[in-house]
Amino acid sequence: MARVAREKPGPLEYHRRWPLQLIVGATFFFLYFPLIILMVFSFNDSKRNIVWQGFTFDYYEKVFKNAELIEAFGNSLTIAFFCTIISVVLGALTAVMLWRFRFPGKTAVEGAMALPIVVPEICMGVAMLVFFAKIMPWPSGMPWPFNLGAIIIAHVSFAFPFVATVVRARLASFNRELEEAAKDLGASEWRTFWDVLVPHMQPGLIAGALLAFTLSLDDFVITFFTAGPDTITFPVKVYSMLRFSVTPEVNAASTILIVVTVVLTAVGLHLQNQSENKKPKP
Amino acid sequence: MTDLAAAAAVKPTPHVKENAIIRFENITKRYGKVVAVDNVNLEIREGEFFALLGPSGCGKTTLLRMLAGFETPTEGRVFIDGQDVASLPPNKRPVNMVFQSYAVFPHMKVADNVAYGLKMDGVEGGEVKRRVEEALELVKLGGYGDRMPDQLSGGQRQRVALARALVKRPRVLLLDEPLSALDAKLRDQMRSELTSLQEKVGITFIMVTHDQDEALAIATRCAVMNRGLLAQVATPADLYEFPNSRFVADFVGSVNMFEGVLDKDEQDHAIVRAQELSAPVYLDHGVTGARGSTVWVALRPEKIEMHKRPEGSSPMKMEDAPAGTNVVSGVIRDIVYLGSETIFEIELESSRRVRTFRSNLTRYDQEDFTWDEPVWLAWHACSPAVLLS
Repeated sequence: MARVAREKPGPLEYHRRWPLQLIVGATFFFLYFPLIILMVFSFNDSKRNIVWQGFTFDYYEKVFKNAELIEAFGNSLTIAFFCTIISVVLGALTAVMLWRFRFPGKTAVEGAMALPIVVPEICMGVAMLVFFAKIMPWPSGMPWPFNLGAIIIAHVSFAFPFVATVVRARLASFNRELEEAAKDLGASEWRTFWDVLVPHMQPGLIAGALLAFTLSLDDFVITFFTAGPDTITFPVKVYSMLRFSVTPEVNAASTILIVVTVVLTAVGLHLQNQSENKKPKP
Repeated sequence: MTDLAAAAAVKPTPHVKENAIIRFENITKRYGKVVAVDNVNLEIREGEFFALLGPSGCGKTTLLRMLAGFETPTEGRVFIDGQDVASLPPNKRPVNMVFQSYAVFPHMKVADNVAYGLKMDGVEGGEVKRRVEEALELVKLGGYGDRMPDQLSGGQRQRVALARALVKRPRVLLLDEPLSALDAKLRDQMRSELTSLQEKVGITFIMVTHDQDEALAIATRCAVMNRGLLAQVATPADLYEFPNSRFVADFVGSVNMFEGVLDKDEQDHAIVRAQELSAPVYLDHGVTGARGSTVWVALRPEKIEMHKRPEGSSPMKMEDAPAGTNVVSGVIRDIVYLGSETIFEIELESSRRVRTFRSNLTRYDQEDFTWDEPVWLAWHACSPAVLLS
């Protein structure tokens, strides 16, 4: 083994060549350094947030005392929650439909599915604004969480194609004989769907759910255009705070959002790994 | 068939009953313009181990899937146990299938896989447990109930698929290319296990295969299919020794085929003249064909005996040959040593090549003959099959 390591790196072993190592290093630096700075300065005991003045938890306290920010955060989580559930159901059904059936206009449907992924967010935002303002206004003054309806619909419309794409990729590896076997053993179409197809789709469903959740949680542009005056989400609130000044409070709020996203992603991936490894060892 | 054919068909199959458990009546299946199955009429008796044999695309799998309910015939009717099953979906049919990929549910334990069909039938919990254990014992997987499928070998997964189908006590078990995914050693072992399993449970087995060795080794009766048509339905021995057409003779086993003209056709003998053979072929039985019509003589390689021929000796005449045999001369051109036997390719005077096998009875047998050696080829007058189509 040691001799192998001393050999000249192969043409594709870029992790062992210095120019490429440098590029990889720089990439990681520019990706993560700003984030680390942001997190570190959330503990900065300074109003201006330019020079390090000392360590403090003050701004986290402030964040948790900021009723508007907490409300916005609650709204964001609620929207993301509903968006995830609806997107996963819709996305999975779309994926199964496109995978299994042939019907007139299938190519058109497939193309339309990709639209929300490729259309610039700002265009989607403006479209949503016009739609909810002029064509089908969401009734105002609804009790929580129904006041978030318009934003949830907007989020679902761009999140579910991602779920459908992921689930469909997963379905490509499905062995149709499994379905036939279930039917042969006496299962109805529905039982077959739940007992055989859904378990196969599961990793895709989890990955899709994670995507939908994070997409919804940190969406700013579309939400900004869709949200009415009485509903505000976390990213929109952070943006409005920025307009006054970049205080460590904004850093603290952002850090919380990052931590929540990372933790949820980790939990999701962990669940997925568990479901794949839940075999008793012999 | 002749009396000889009847004698060759003797095989211990005491559990085969007289009644037909499967009946195909004028079955045709078309996919657009392609005819996959062409007006098939076939009866399969209860307790048989029946093989549907043919090259890929011959319609054998379509026929099997019609029994399972995954395909519906374009024309004709299918009966299982006397019941027309046209309107029955797969989950309501008294048959179960072992799939080519085994289709063991990857997310369920072995025991849950086997229990699945029973749960669908609403069998009560204690009974399920008992029958699952029984089925796993039957396929020699006792104690494997808690394993996941990906911890099993291919052969073991196939046993799970077998247990899962048999636990439902179907009237008929369908097997789609059951041995094709196994390696050679395991395949041999599974062959004999399948036959003994079938004898033990007494259920009718229907197997689809493209491997003629497999069909001959396992089945009590085979149907050979070609381009959607039934070519011949017979016992393995009849298929091999008494093929009814050039297709069957060629598909089942290896064969030397000579085109000829029927020269003489009497009650007790017949003579065929083939251009590629220097001597006319003498047969010790009559052929039902018009004199002068084109026929084909099919001769299995192992039925040809090879003798040394001194260089320069004149070609033997029919009269000189030992009574009841045919003799032609040739030169060895190719030798394939296979260990248990050796295949020789002999070039006849007409430059046509003929194959023959020779068992290596002693350890020095393969040294008996060598390349470019002149030989006599002899075969008994009852050995070739005369084919009219």
